[in-house]
Amino acid sequence: MGGVPSEDPIDRSERQLMEWERRTGALVDVLREKQVINTDELRRGIEAIPPDEYRRLGYYERWSSSLEILLVEKGLLTTREIDGRAAAVGERWG
Amino acid sequence: MGADHDHGGDHRHPGLAEDLSLSDPARRLLAMEELLVEKGVIDANDVRRVMDVIAARAPVDGARVVARAWIDPAFKLRLLEDPRAALAELGYPAVSGAMLAVVENTEAVHHLVVCTLCSCYPTSLLGPPPDWYKSFAYRSRAVVDPRGVMREFGLEVGEAVEVRVVDSAADLRYMVLPRRPEGTEGMAEEDLVALVTRDSLVGVGAPNQPAVNS
Repeated sequence: MGGVPSEDPIDRSERQLMEWERRTGALVDVLREKQVINTDELRRGIEAIPPDEYRRLGYYERWSSSLEILLVEKGLLTTREIDGRAAAVGERWG
Repeated sequence: MGADHDHGGDHRHPGLAEDLSLSDPARRLLAMEELLVEKGVIDANDVRRVMDVIAARAPVDGARVVARAWIDPAFKLRLLEDPRAALAELGYPAVSGAMLAVVENTEAVHHLVVCTLCSCYPTSLLGPPPDWYKSFAYRSRAVVDPRGVMREFGLEVGEAVEVRVVDSAADLRYMVLPRRPEGTEGMAEEDLVALVTRDSLVGVGAPNQPAVNS
């Protein structure tokens, strides 16, 4: 990102992180603590996101995508399981 | 929003009502968390426990370190040479895997911290980074036009002062030791702490000036 031409002003507005964003940060820390994943893997997962999608996703949404890549890769979860549960989460939370 | 939301009896994510509608990646994240608990990869309380730890971190910790360095020159030297040991003296334990470097602003040199790759930030001392630190605009422009970026934050660094941009990485994170404002001689340490802003620890701002007693 450094040096990529940009004329955009910096949006300096401050906000509190949303609950699910704070959960994401904490979950990643827990998984690092338990040595399920490490920081370099998380970044590899983030950098694997195609550029257009990378720009479209929010910061913690990228973490979510990366984490899913890693957990599926490690055989801890399957995409199908996550699909099913995400739909249930959606029904509960809209 | 929220009050008329039917959460049913399966209320496993207290606090989420504030989030309005969740994006697909957010739902998938929450789904992964639930599944990891059910499979015994993590414990049910792990995420909440770590959320509390993270919530307790704030820029005031970095401000305390700076105020101590301002009043204790020997501590300042230790902080610059071996931050890990110096921080331990103040009760801030080392965070595994990540080195912290402290860079000192002087009359001659001003430091600006960025993470061009992503968002590496001294979270153990300052808490989570603000959105702008993670933004494309900041990350791309800080290395090309640091003075312009700082001006946008209201900080004018004189032409005679050298600007050094330091690029954080996962294994090495930077915190700025800002210059002690003039007119603060003899101020108590806790009053100095109050002058140190988060932005001054990243290099996009200066510490606040002391209130002038009339």
